[in-house]
Amino acid sequence: MDSDIKIRAENVNFYYSETHVLKDISLDIYANQVTAIIGPSGCGKSTFIRLLNRMNDLIPGARMQGEILLDGKDIYSPRTDVVELRRRVGMVFQKPNPFPKTVFENIAYGLIINGIRDRAFIRDRVKQSLKKAAIYEEVQNRLNENALMLSGGQQQRICIARCIAVEPEVILFDEPCASLDPISTRKIEELILELKKDYTIVIVTHNMQQAARVSDFTAFLYLGEVIEFGPTSKIFTVPEKKMTEQYLAGRFG
Amino acid sequence: MTKERFYKWIFTALAFSSLFFLLGIMITLLVQALPMFRQVGILRFIGGKYWYPTYSTPSFGILPLMLGSVVVTTGAACVCIPLGVGSALYIHELAGPIQRAILKPVIEILAGIPSIVYGFFGMVIMAPMVQRFFGIPTGLNAFTASLMLGVMATPTVCSIAEDALNVVPSSFKEASLALGANRWQTLVKVIIPAAGSGISTAIILGMSRAVGETMTVLMVAGGAACIPRSIFDPVRPMTATIAAEMGEAVMGSLHFHALFAIGLVLFVITFIFNIVAEIISRRFRLRLGLGR
Repeated sequence: MDSDIKIRAENVNFYYSETHVLKDISLDIYANQVTAIIGPSGCGKSTFIRLLNRMNDLIPGARMQGEILLDGKDIYSPRTDVVELRRRVGMVFQKPNPFPKTVFENIAYGLIINGIRDRAFIRDRVKQSLKKAAIYEEVQNRLNENALMLSGGQQQRICIARCIAVEPEVILFDEPCASLDPISTRKIEELILELKKDYTIVIVTHNMQQAARVSDFTAFLYLGEVIEFGPTSKIFTVPEKKMTEQYLAGRFG
Repeated sequence: MTKERFYKWIFTALAFSSLFFLLGIMITLLVQALPMFRQVGILRFIGGKYWYPTYSTPSFGILPLMLGSVVVTTGAACVCIPLGVGSALYIHELAGPIQRAILKPVIEILAGIPSIVYGFFGMVIMAPMVQRFFGIPTGLNAFTASLMLGVMATPTVCSIAEDALNVVPSSFKEASLALGANRWQTLVKVIIPAAGSGISTAIILGMSRAVGETMTVLMVAGGAACIPRSIFDPVRPMTATIAAEMGEAVMGSLHFHALFAIGLVLFVITFIFNIVAEIISRRFRLRLGLGR
């Protein structure tokens, strides 16, 4: 079982200047599984997921303690190449954020900054990525249009394709459907289930049904602490903690 | 209720007064410039190579004056674009909170220095330095004027360019970094292109300020109304010509009308600059999906 652990968080504490946001979090994320992180707003779930690709490095005055191991190596060790880490651990954000460039340029961006110049290769990879993100059919004739002209749901799948194009090992989804309509949401959820064959997926969501539908494992966070973590089927049917049960029943949150 | 309507009326009038002033100035310029165009003709006025307004057979060609403005403005652009855009990029991307807290007010103060002080400084300090450094007969020339105007226009360029950078949503930056781009790649390939038209607007408005600036060029540019052959020649830009000659031109004379005609040309040039800047910045906001 241990070899299947892709990411392991050990006693992670995180502070925004004086505020203690994450308290002693330990969590295992298994390879080729979908791990959902749920909890009420402000519980630290986004903060946690952003630690996994070091996006929180950008926040001045933030401080982190503990270890996060990717394939057994601490990503916060001084020897870690952050650029390399972010290539391996991709991210899809809450609000679709394609660049104000064409669809093609959006997907090709990650390849070009990695120094790939072979045009045929780039064209091929763009097409593959769009197909994997289940958006190719809709945009194949619009590759040279500004990506911001697409609908929100399409933009989000463009962002997923952009992320896939650099061939990450892990994809982090930070409330990817928060700004989407139900139909687009369903498409993204189907896509996540499809993607888990090739990638390890971590998804933050405040939508409990969504967590139940897409995830294999669920972590319930409350006020910066992991209240309960385990297989989704178990958490949603026979939770161990009273608080988890209450949250899932909608008593608070 | 009537009170409310009264206030509404007052503020409407105040707000529209600028339209009234604009129209008033335009009409005055046109009316006063018209005799000039009627007597000399637009082409001979704009294309004429000789500006001898006080000769017994006067010649009113403003080509040397226009070229003077062009040389000085281009020179100023060479100074204010790298300085202004460079400082905007630094403040936006690289500066820590302390550097930012120092630089932003300093640049704003730079914008508040009266132009006569720039002129004075240019005349007394810069011109002798330029003269000695290049070993030329006079330091009062297009080069020195360009330097002074460039420094003057820098705060305009910097603050508008910085606004343009601030408007770029930080989500673009995050997306780029999350794909494994470093800060430099993110800046060059995402942030600058996204802010590109905003930065162009900044440059155009900076140049429009340089074209219209009077006091500094009057004091520093050298005042020779001939077609410049090099950047080290003294020039007499359009603004300086009006300022220098309005006092001595006989009211209602052809010379008087010629100065108004120069004013009209200047007005048209800065008007075009501003319109272009407005169009570009509107397109910029649309492209970033920010609406008008």
